[in-house]
Amino acid sequence: MADAAIELIGINKSFGAVHANRDIHLEIPRGTIHGIVGENGAGKSTLMSILYGFYQADSGEIRVGGKPTAIRTPNDAIAVGIGMVHQHFMLVENFSVLENIILGAEGGALLGGSIARARAELARLEREYGLEVEPDAIIEELPVGLQQRVEILKALYRGAEILILDEPTGVLTPAEADHLFRILGQLKEQGKTIVLITHKLREIMAITDNVSVMRQGQMVATRVTRQTTVEELAELMVGRRVLLHVEKGAASPGEVKLAVRDLVVKDVRGVVMVEGVSFDVRAGEIVGIAGVAGNGQSELIEAICGTRRAVSGSVLLDGKPIDVTGNADPGDLRDRGLAHVPEDRHHVGLVLAFEEAENSILGYHDDPRYLRGPFLDNDAIVADAEDKIRKYDIRPGNPHLKTANFSGGNQQKIVLAREMEQDPGVLVVGQPTRGVDVGAIEFIHKRLIAMRDHGKAVLLISVELDEIRSLADRILVMFDGRIVGERGPEASEGELGLLMAGIEKKEAAE
Amino acid sequence: MSVPFARLPRWVDYGLIPLVNLLVAFIVAGLVVLLVGENPLRAATILFDGAFGSGQNIAYTLFYATNFIFTGLAVAVAFHAGLFNIGGEGQAYISGLGVSLVALSLDAFLPWWVVFPLAILGAAATGAAWAFIPAYLQAKRGSHIVITTIMFNFIAASAMVYLLVDVLKPAGSMAPETRTLLPGAQLPKLNWMLESLGMSVRSAPLNVTFLLALVMAVVVWALVWRTRLGYEIRTFGFSPKAARYAGIGHSRIIIVTMMISGALAGMMALNPIMGDQHRMALDFVAGAGFVGIAVALMGRSHPAGIVPAAILFGMLYQGGAELAFEMPNISRDMIVIIQGLVILFAGALENMFRPTIQTIFASFSPRSVGLPAARGEGA
Repeated sequence: MADAAIELIGINKSFGAVHANRDIHLEIPRGTIHGIVGENGAGKSTLMSILYGFYQADSGEIRVGGKPTAIRTPNDAIAVGIGMVHQHFMLVENFSVLENIILGAEGGALLGGSIARARAELARLEREYGLEVEPDAIIEELPVGLQQRVEILKALYRGAEILILDEPTGVLTPAEADHLFRILGQLKEQGKTIVLITHKLREIMAITDNVSVMRQGQMVATRVTRQTTVEELAELMVGRRVLLHVEKGAASPGEVKLAVRDLVVKDVRGVVMVEGVSFDVRAGEIVGIAGVAGNGQSELIEAICGTRRAVSGSVLLDGKPIDVTGNADPGDLRDRGLAHVPEDRHHVGLVLAFEEAENSILGYHDDPRYLRGPFLDNDAIVADAEDKIRKYDIRPGNPHLKTANFSGGNQQKIVLAREMEQDPGVLVVGQPTRGVDVGAIEFIHKRLIAMRDHGKAVLLISVELDEIRSLADRILVMFDGRIVGERGPEASEGELGLLMAGIEKKEAAE
Repeated sequence: MSVPFARLPRWVDYGLIPLVNLLVAFIVAGLVVLLVGENPLRAATILFDGAFGSGQNIAYTLFYATNFIFTGLAVAVAFHAGLFNIGGEGQAYISGLGVSLVALSLDAFLPWWVVFPLAILGAAATGAAWAFIPAYLQAKRGSHIVITTIMFNFIAASAMVYLLVDVLKPAGSMAPETRTLLPGAQLPKLNWMLESLGMSVRSAPLNVTFLLALVMAVVVWALVWRTRLGYEIRTFGFSPKAARYAGIGHSRIIIVTMMISGALAGMMALNPIMGDQHRMALDFVAGAGFVGIAVALMGRSHPAGIVPAAILFGMLYQGGAELAFEMPNISRDMIVIIQGLVILFAGALENMFRPTIQTIFASFSPRSVGLPAARGEGA
């Protein structure tokens, strides 16, 4: 491979005591799709930030097209033809597509000329790469898949030859993801170089030419994708063998623990997000709710767990009603055996400024076990936290460490340990493995299966279709506030993907 | 993408940074002194001497600090619930009513050590009641607590003028103040404490309320960090969503926290009324409620920071009075400017020098700035 688009030579970067990137060597051949995988905190994002000029390396050299290049700011990166599509889009929501594309490249005090030029350029890009998007559409009215396309167009408009995509499929339906991959393939054929950062190994296998694996700040291996396997990559990422598919026996559902009937929930803007949803969850089964983020799943579980008031409908816990349209109190529900692992562990499930031990009693802080009169019984709380740290292998095992200093996976374990150790009858879990590394995912999945096998009712909400398929005994697909179908765990990804995109619903309506 | 924001050792966070801020405040104040044609070094000497030069001066400094400890704690407790209580001034003012009603009705029959606890309750109850109204409006109606507490300062001020002029003023008196309290409602001085250290105190107003302030500092610490209520307050303050998830009712926390805050502010009234002037006069709070905001900011809402910060502001009050006396060019208003600069640098611009200090530390000893690491050992 003579022609390298990017060469990184001996890149080092430390933040204080943490060596985020350690002597990284990487060569990305021109005109290829190069995957970079690694657990959270492995240093992928730091490396890409150095390449895009957000940070500067402590030592080492970057060569773009064979020439040593200093990249101090994102503008430098753009100047040498590096473009980046961020995980969280950097778009102005109430601007049009065209306005977003020229943002930062207006080229003068008056917009008229640059808009006309951009329109012509956009038409050319659309023709060349099949990136159709209505130039005058307002960003917030576009689906996420198209918003992402605008991000890509933005980079191409600035003349990007090398495109970095950070976790691009997190927000997409399987169909949208497939479309993205086709676009990336076309870009590659046109000679562009693409760097894809992801934790989804399947995507790596599907579209990359080469793949590099990072672990603990080091580049541990680079493979030609055709010559490697998912199992090998997972093992390289974690440093040990990983069970990618949870083994579980058949479910033996018992009595109905949680019954949801005709639930209607609005969000803060007053938009109806859940439109008459009904289902049951029985003891000893995991019911999974699949769907693209933003189709009402979040509001649904918040209403069930008493953190959002429902408009109408009812929920029965062990046959007795929960006052979901009135003053359902999450504290009371905990006492009644409903535990809740919320989707947003940073703002809801945990108080990041608290010590680990303080978070290990959140919601159970009025349990007499943790109290001496009006005072907190610190000895009991810390002993209890240490016990959970051991059982759930939470690292570092220091109950006095600030929660913000734990990794995503360990933070999630803190929440899971707290909710599962109360031995609830019903467990509602939202996005249990979002932002969690591979090793911890395996652990969390095993725990959820163990809960089920102990006869608990588990309601699982996840945007990871793989997770739903490997854990759930029954899969409900949510689209636009309704449950549009129920399938067994053997349902194919394509079938579920169509349901998630609301295809069947449309056909039925016609 | 995680943003690396390195942490600093505790002594830098709580010692060095406030010290640097203070130093800058004094340097800028020195420039102001220079502008009016006085010698800043001599001014600083007079200020410091005036605050700590003799037993008498120290007693005055601590007397003022007593006020600021109460109001600083009041602001800090509300801060922990994410509430900005600007109403300490009004809560303290209206609490003068609770104090003087207890004192005026009992001072003829009971000794001070019976009247004092009852007056504490009176002060706390009035302050809490006054804070309850904005708290209720915030909790149930969503009226912003900053706006309502500011407005309640004005209402308290006007109400007290009416009461002092038309109701509490003894017949025939020209001054808008209550009658002088009898010895049964006059608090013992603490001058013996300083005298036992070999200092001479002639007639300073430092009294047992200072000890009450120190006790309340410990109580606030225990409340916030050791009780279930404190846990709930902090949870709500850090993340209202997490509080809702944990089953912590937001109305209850807002109302209870604000009432505790109001009660602490209210106790400030004991110091001037029963400890110093032995009567309630117009405007006896004299801005202590607002100084409390600066004290709480500077003390990082922790009692261990609030007490020294209150003493610092006591020093500025007492030393500033001496300075205005000694240097005719420096008026009372100049002293207010200096206080303002301290508030500006220590409170509002608290983090101005932080990034620089962080960079310096990171380059000297990377290990001292343990980053919030994925798998690090942390602090």
